[in-house]
Amino acid sequence: MPYIANTDADRTEMLERIGVASTEALFADIPPEFRFPRIEFPAPLSEPELMAEMKRLAGKNAGSGDYAWFLGAGAYNHFIPAAVSALASRGEFSTAYTPYQPEASQGTLQAIYEYQSMVAELTGMDAVNASHYDGATALAEAILMALRSGDENRLEVMLPVSLNPEYRATIDTYLAPTKARVLEWTGNPLEAAGYATEATACFVLQWPDFFGDLWQPSDSLAETLHGKGALFIVHADPIMLGIMKAPGSFGADIVTAEGQSLGNPVNFGGPYLGIMGTKGALVRRMPGRIVGEARDAQGRRGFALTLVAREQHIRREKAVSNICSNQGLAMLRACIYLALMGKGGLSSVASLCWNRAHYAAREIGRIPGYEILNRGEFFKEFTVRCPISAEEISSALFDEEIVPGYPVSRCDPERPNDLIVCVTELDSKPRIDWLAAALKEAGNGYVD
Amino acid sequence: MAMSTEPLLSEMGAPGRLGASLPELDVPETPVPEGLLRTALRLPEITELEAVRHFTRLSRLNYSIDTNFYPLGSCTMKYNPKVNEDAANLAGFTDCHPLIPEDLAQGSIELMFGLQEMLKAVSGFDAVSLQPAAGAHGELTGVYMIRAWHESRKDAKRKRMLIPDSAHGTNPASVAMAGFEAVTIPSSADGGVDLAALKAACDDTVAGLMITNPSTLGLFERNILEVVKIVHDSGGLVYGDGANMNALVGAFRPADAGIDVMHFNLHKTFSTPHGGGGPGAGAVGASSRLASFLPGPIAARKGVNRGSGRGSRETSGDYGFEIPENSIGRVKSFYGNFGILVRAYAYMRQLGAVGLRRVSENAVINANYLRVLLRDTYHEPYDRPCMHEFVAEGDVAAGVRTVDVAKRLIDLGFHPPTIYFPLIVHEALMIEPTESESKETLDAFAAALIRIADEAKSDPQLLHDAPHDTPVGRLDEVAAARKPVLCYHCD
Repeated sequence: MPYIANTDADRTEMLERIGVASTEALFADIPPEFRFPRIEFPAPLSEPELMAEMKRLAGKNAGSGDYAWFLGAGAYNHFIPAAVSALASRGEFSTAYTPYQPEASQGTLQAIYEYQSMVAELTGMDAVNASHYDGATALAEAILMALRSGDENRLEVMLPVSLNPEYRATIDTYLAPTKARVLEWTGNPLEAAGYATEATACFVLQWPDFFGDLWQPSDSLAETLHGKGALFIVHADPIMLGIMKAPGSFGADIVTAEGQSLGNPVNFGGPYLGIMGTKGALVRRMPGRIVGEARDAQGRRGFALTLVAREQHIRREKAVSNICSNQGLAMLRACIYLALMGKGGLSSVASLCWNRAHYAAREIGRIPGYEILNRGEFFKEFTVRCPISAEEISSALFDEEIVPGYPVSRCDPERPNDLIVCVTELDSKPRIDWLAAALKEAGNGYVD
Repeated sequence: MAMSTEPLLSEMGAPGRLGASLPELDVPETPVPEGLLRTALRLPEITELEAVRHFTRLSRLNYSIDTNFYPLGSCTMKYNPKVNEDAANLAGFTDCHPLIPEDLAQGSIELMFGLQEMLKAVSGFDAVSLQPAAGAHGELTGVYMIRAWHESRKDAKRKRMLIPDSAHGTNPASVAMAGFEAVTIPSSADGGVDLAALKAACDDTVAGLMITNPSTLGLFERNILEVVKIVHDSGGLVYGDGANMNALVGAFRPADAGIDVMHFNLHKTFSTPHGGGGPGAGAVGASSRLASFLPGPIAARKGVNRGSGRGSRETSGDYGFEIPENSIGRVKSFYGNFGILVRAYAYMRQLGAVGLRRVSENAVINANYLRVLLRDTYHEPYDRPCMHEFVAEGDVAAGVRTVDVAKRLIDLGFHPPTIYFPLIVHEALMIEPTESESKETLDAFAAALIRIADEAKSDPQLLHDAPHDTPVGRLDEVAAARKPVLCYHCD
């Protein structure tokens, strides 16, 4: 039997030492009528048979290796250096658990501290936790954190209409049992923030939003909100922060992000990485594991889980969240990614995304019948209004092994012709030109 | 384990060094408006080799399953087979975008469907959602479902959730997030639920009971059928915390006892790596009355269970997604921690039903063997056969505490068990060896603990000063929490 060391002889000797006649005797507390039921299951596979089955399944998918992808909408194809997987897959990291015993876990603890440090720099926050399940749950928990202001009347949550729809659905689930009221805002964020009142717990900005629109920050937004005692939550693209302002620099109180882009593959939706950071005294309201520097009796520097009085294993129902295990290894991958990319690499990735996306938007915007809907700035995603339905265009381009983007009709049936196109550092000029040519051909004949 | 500490990334490298190679800009440049640009970016400037040495050295400061026996109670630190890593790293899986049309992701959806079916078979539940990302996330999902079920029946007064005092802290924390009141039920003298206290607490304000079975004491709830009946008779539902399912795979299906909803910890029972704190996967199973409340999307096969739910899209493939009729909605983006699901699927396919029964049998044999080896040295408050884990007390000599025993174990090459949990056992040492350890390892671990008990009497200072052979000694966590230093550049 794979992965079990005990032989029949071992078992006989062990059962004798335990003082029972049979293995079944150890299960005597289970009601007899339900003990050892018959279970319908596929037949066991040897390792080579298993790999053949797994390759069969993987082979039924269309991976990004075969296709030119311009599909983002919350999951992004970015370059992952080979060293990320090589290091993160080391068993010393992957087969350890939550570092409850710091003397035997300094590797994991220091890596978390380094992750916290680099993400704090990117986001402009004072403290970053060791992860949430993904960007959606990080944002949902940031909103719950804002609702724990201590003021029972502060129950309004201002969400952008242009928020990623899966994030909105997740937030709705998390808020359903609370007394919070969601107010949707649209248009210019600065004007929208003007509607905040003494009842506003938080104002959320997705930066850039689901359709790619990128607000040019101004300090007065945070000043307006803070004047009403509300918190400013920014959900940002972490790759973009390689060149763009840290949200902390324009007054964000909490920053969340989907960290998948930082060294984690798209992987059919998970595991991803929920990033969360905050400022000042708010850290004591922030959920999640946090690692801090600590000293031993000889004054040597080490790292340990800290501020644990916020957490469920200490405070139980009074904890700031129920979060326990999170996305440790995805966080480690992000840490290694940021270390490898560093100052020069991350800004290059961000610049490549910006420049290639803007080139693509210009090329597509020039095709008769196609219109770029983003009126202001955008980063790596933009929305195109196509001359025919975006689903139809997508189907036509799949035959050429191009995935041209995300048809907005999947979340908003009233926008059949809109397509969200994502361009990253992996999309070269010839590939973008190929996309533009294919779009032109697919739209031909439908233009007045 | 390596003995010396490692510098921080911020203490390494030199301005201008690069650790990654990126394409040249091949399109005309578009200037970024000044108002968007950051002025500084303090990130590392190191070569790839410096990064590789840094993280390799860091890894050597860890104890892990691959390097040490790691009997962390309630965490099921079993061996994580390498073939599952190969399977999960197949490009067909890792490079598949979650929003691709279902026709182009048939392999991933088929795998999810197969995993759902296997989890249903081992648990007896009617339906499974793979979306929750961790055990605590699964608990939260289950409590949301219970809440939604009572709401659907317009039963607004049910706000109390009963939780045994031996439960994980995540149980009451999840209950609070769902807007319920957590009510603690004491344990009886034999470590089970106190039936009289349970009956007294059950009335028409009870939303349900959350029960971990086997409990965190490693004991199967002997009265499970009666416990469930008491709660059901009061109109409440029963949540099963599946953290300890490694004792039961192939031996008992929780749904047979009337459990209404339960999470599985795929990273425990089904061997996916714990990753230094996740990612896990907290799939949730539900009985017929709660199945329609599960979070979606859920994988479905055409002609089997397609068509009853909302949101199914027409595809030409055999597999697709659907959202259950009364779904509580999404609990995260997309479908779950897919890469973890691949590993759990591979593990279950390799073992089959017979293999899974062998898992629980050997996990229980190993725990009982270790329990018997230690019971004359470490007091065991519930001296009866255990399931996959057991709890002992670490205060083996005057002035010596469980933490001292735990730290001394590190010197002897073992990761300590879970300590000071469950809360109802004084100076608890919670030990879970798992089925993948050999008798020789268990003998060596027992010998180490017995040696430590002797040292506790002959040289207690040795224990107080432990660990000795680690890159750092015991850290002053109180001082660290008082003046937190949480990143390089933060003031």
